[in-house]
Amino acid sequence: MTADLLQLDLLTTRYNYFAVMLLLGIGLYTLIESPNLVKKVIGMNIFQTGIFLFFITLAFRAGGNPPVVTEGGGPYASPLPHVLILTAIVVGVSLTAVALALIVRIYSEYGTLDENTLEELYYD
Amino acid sequence: MIDHLPVLLVVLPIVGATIPLVASLYTDRAGWTIALVTMVAHAALAGLLVREVWTGGVVSYAVGGFTIPYGIELVVDGLSLAVVALISAITLGVLAYARRAGPHENTFYSQLLLLVTGLTGMTVTGDVFNLYVFLEITGLAAYGLVASGREASAAVAALKYLIIGTVGASLYLLGVGYALAATGTLNMADMSAKLAAVGYDSTLVLTAFGLMVGGLSVKVALFPLHTWQPDAYANSPDSVSAFISALVSTVSAYALARLLFSVFTVDFLTSVPAARWALVAVASVSIVAGSALAVSQNSVQRMLAYSSVSQFGLVIAGFAVATPTAVAGATIHLVGHAVMKGGLFAASGIIERETGASTVGGYAGMGGRTPLAAGAFTILALGMVGVPPAIGFVGKWYILVGAVEAEMWPVVAVLLLSTLLTLAYFARLGERLYFAEPTIREEAAVADGGGEGVSTGMLAVVVVAAVLAVALTAAVPALEQLLNQTLPPLIQ
Repeated sequence: MTADLLQLDLLTTRYNYFAVMLLLGIGLYTLIESPNLVKKVIGMNIFQTGIFLFFITLAFRAGGNPPVVTEGGGPYASPLPHVLILTAIVVGVSLTAVALALIVRIYSEYGTLDENTLEELYYD
Repeated sequence: MIDHLPVLLVVLPIVGATIPLVASLYTDRAGWTIALVTMVAHAALAGLLVREVWTGGVVSYAVGGFTIPYGIELVVDGLSLAVVALISAITLGVLAYARRAGPHENTFYSQLLLLVTGLTGMTVTGDVFNLYVFLEITGLAAYGLVASGREASAAVAALKYLIIGTVGASLYLLGVGYALAATGTLNMADMSAKLAAVGYDSTLVLTAFGLMVGGLSVKVALFPLHTWQPDAYANSPDSVSAFISALVSTVSAYALARLLFSVFTVDFLTSVPAARWALVAVASVSIVAGSALAVSQNSVQRMLAYSSVSQFGLVIAGFAVATPTAVAGATIHLVGHAVMKGGLFAASGIIERETGASTVGGYAGMGGRTPLAAGAFTILALGMVGVPPAIGFVGKWYILVGAVEAEMWPVVAVLLLSTLLTLAYFARLGERLYFAEPTIREEAAVADGGGEGVSTGMLAVVVVAAVLAVALTAAVPALEQLLNQTLPPLIQ
């Protein structure tokens, strides 16, 4: 009974971390399992989003304000992870752009987005 | 000016990378010249920096003047300097090769300079997040370069490389997150002190180690995370495969060493033996599996790619042993492997152009038809096996002596086995080249590859690589002195 309550407590106060794990898992699963190349890229994006959420959650502190210096002051959330993730988002967008450009070229050449069909054509 | 050397080393190629794109408005053949000028300047800066470090010790630079643990720090010591010099030298060699071999488009040279930016940045940075950013710049440029091959299979190989490479880099980023949660800092030196204070057996620290090392292992292409590598190397143009096989995995392995010694330190490895043995195990499996896969290949370029998997296992094993001798050996082998593997890919490109041969069977009897390239190929292959006095021998010898000193007998056994395995796949090629009847008729070869010539520059690159494979042995004492300034504080 107490163990159940403890888990419930974890779920209600640390739900961000569960969301992170869920996003990482779904992203990685889609990336590996989906035969569709575009969906693989979507999986890659979901995986990265999980990491972004992880960093943003790290920055949180109880009772902290957003890290914008104003009159009131007070404890702020750490701005460092926010800045890091801003950079990581830019990197993620560039990667997606390159991946989609490659997929366009693959589709125009082989006429398929399916990994299994592509494999057959590729090794012929 | 002289104070800003470390940052100029990164700024120069990134500015250079934008010029060919602008030049495309007027001409589409200016890229090579621009890249050459940029890289000559890059080499000059690297030379100045060698002098600085040789006389004054470690050079530290605060980017933008921000106070060090908060701002980004660039650090140049003996270890990073050896890698920077390697990047400069190999890129100049690749430019000499690409003059005739192509690709000739301006965009190709932009990507090449962007790759140099990423690699140099990874080498000189002293900040773990900055390392991630440069890792991704390197990755993006490398994906683009692989895709510059004329056939559509290059795009497939590049996409595979992109997806696996991104997962690797993302795992590294996740590891940075855990390390940040544990220490609250991103500066390597600062983080190293705070990690010790947090305690090496803390779950946060162990998770950070696992994720960061795992992520970089993808980039180094250790077995079983190597699957992107053979396709990427075999499907890209010759200039690109010579370039990325020589540098991309090399610099990632350097970053792994930097992480081991400057962030987690040898103390971590001794107090968490499981981490050290895990690293040794992955490296050993890599050595054996890479060689076994190389033996079973028919395409020469794929064989060379699998050979890299095995050789990087050797380098990482040297780093994991972590005695001064073994680390010096691993660094020597890192540099030596870059020169030899780049040379081997370049030589295989020439042999394919001159004779049309690209498979082990096709190499039969080609020793006489393209004597210079085949001769260089053989010398480089023997160097890779570790025949003295080649540089490949010195590196392996030091790693071996280090492993014996540390009494890590499994590593010693695998190292000795690896030499035999390397011989197994290269001896087969040597035998084909010189002692077998040709299977490709001469007229067929001319009709096949007649359109693409081989320039003196291309041959010179291969010959210089073969000469260096032996001559670098003479430079080992100088390299050792450079490392002796750097390693002792890192490795007690």
